[in-house]
Amino acid sequence: MTGTAVVTVTSSRAMVATLGLVATLCGVLIVSAYQGTLGAVSANKRIALERAVFKVIPGAASMKEFVATGAGIEPAAGQSSGDGVKFYAAYGPTGELKGIAAEGGATGYADVVRILYAYDPGRQAITGLGVVGMRETPGIGDKIITDQAFLANFQALDVRLDADGKALANPVRAVKNGSKRNPWEIDAISGATVTSKAVGKGINDSAQRLLPLLAPNLDKVRSK
Amino acid sequence: MELPGQTQLSHMEEFMEGIWKQNPVFVMVLGMCPVLAVSVSAVNSLSMGIATTFVLVCSTLLVSLIRKLVPKEVRIATYIVIIATFVTVVDYLIQAISLAVYEALGAFIQLIVVNCIILGRAEAHASKNPPLRTVVNALGMGLGFTLGLFALGSVREILGAGKLFGLSLFGPDFQPWVVMVLPPGGFFVLGAWLLLFNWLKNSKVEGALVKPLEGHHHA
Repeated sequence: MTGTAVVTVTSSRAMVATLGLVATLCGVLIVSAYQGTLGAVSANKRIALERAVFKVIPGAASMKEFVATGAGIEPAAGQSSGDGVKFYAAYGPTGELKGIAAEGGATGYADVVRILYAYDPGRQAITGLGVVGMRETPGIGDKIITDQAFLANFQALDVRLDADGKALANPVRAVKNGSKRNPWEIDAISGATVTSKAVGKGINDSAQRLLPLLAPNLDKVRSK
Repeated sequence: MELPGQTQLSHMEEFMEGIWKQNPVFVMVLGMCPVLAVSVSAVNSLSMGIATTFVLVCSTLLVSLIRKLVPKEVRIATYIVIIATFVTVVDYLIQAISLAVYEALGAFIQLIVVNCIILGRAEAHASKNPPLRTVVNALGMGLGFTLGLFALGSVREILGAGKLFGLSLFGPDFQPWVVMVLPPGGFFVLGAWLLLFNWLKNSKVEGALVKPLEGHHHA
């Protein structure tokens, strides 16, 4: 310790200069970290997305990202404006359309359950389900990715459009375990009804928006 | 800053402070929010520990380097800006290394900004000590925090999922004790560790006190 307490007066300029200097230095650090990791981060995100899409659409070898709007379908160019519905078209090794994948989400027991579903335009059915992100209770809600009986709901979940082509003929919904009667119903997992319902709602909300926009323009994504 | 009658610690003692005597998790019980929330598995615990150690070492080093230039009136603002910077850097680094880890840690990466261990070290240690001493102390604290997290994470993963580092330990017949990976499990395991540490400490103290207390009757 340097002896007695000395009352020093710090000038305002010194305070502002210190803060300014530290902020500038920190700004440079943040921007360089961002620029330095950008390539790796976007590559990671693309790989994770591809892996998720290929998992719900077996046989897919490549994919393309599209945005469906009221005006038609366009290839997604970077960050979309947000009024369209994003979806992924997956193609086989020879470039034929294997299926369509899209994301959906609804609030489950703990947080939003984000799902990715596969849509088969030929059969007008949902043919696969994957989970992109969830914080559901381990051992209960997270059964939606392991329970084979539950996953069997998504072998051919009916999502036909109605006569006008403006909405689904029958809204997709999860029903109480054991009471599935129709091909558009999801048999919920016993004990994990809330999470199961979130999956149903996530699919329904997304399909109701996407499929009416997609149906008249399907030829545009038919081949690569 | 040395107080009269207090001898300066050697670098080794400085390093061991955070690991044993002042362990952030088991002795000071600091930063419990990330400790309880992310310690559901060994991998999450280690990732969180390493991320926190990185922020702790980098920010205390910078604080120590500029400690003589920063007027005391603006020091807290300066420290917070520095800490927030390194948290942003670590945030991008984790995304670049593994998105799975990034998803698993969630908001707790950003919340390192308000981890009281880091601001506490900057204010109580780095602002008064030269860079080398600061880094040694921060490394010890970071390692102590990581060990604490790992002690919780590994026990919770073994009991709550029957796995360690994602590898199944007990075969398919094991029925996991799911509550251990839920929030209450965090408190149970932390409580058990604290009990163990305090019991060890007390038995040592009692051992030292037992002679002088002999023949002394309780009132």
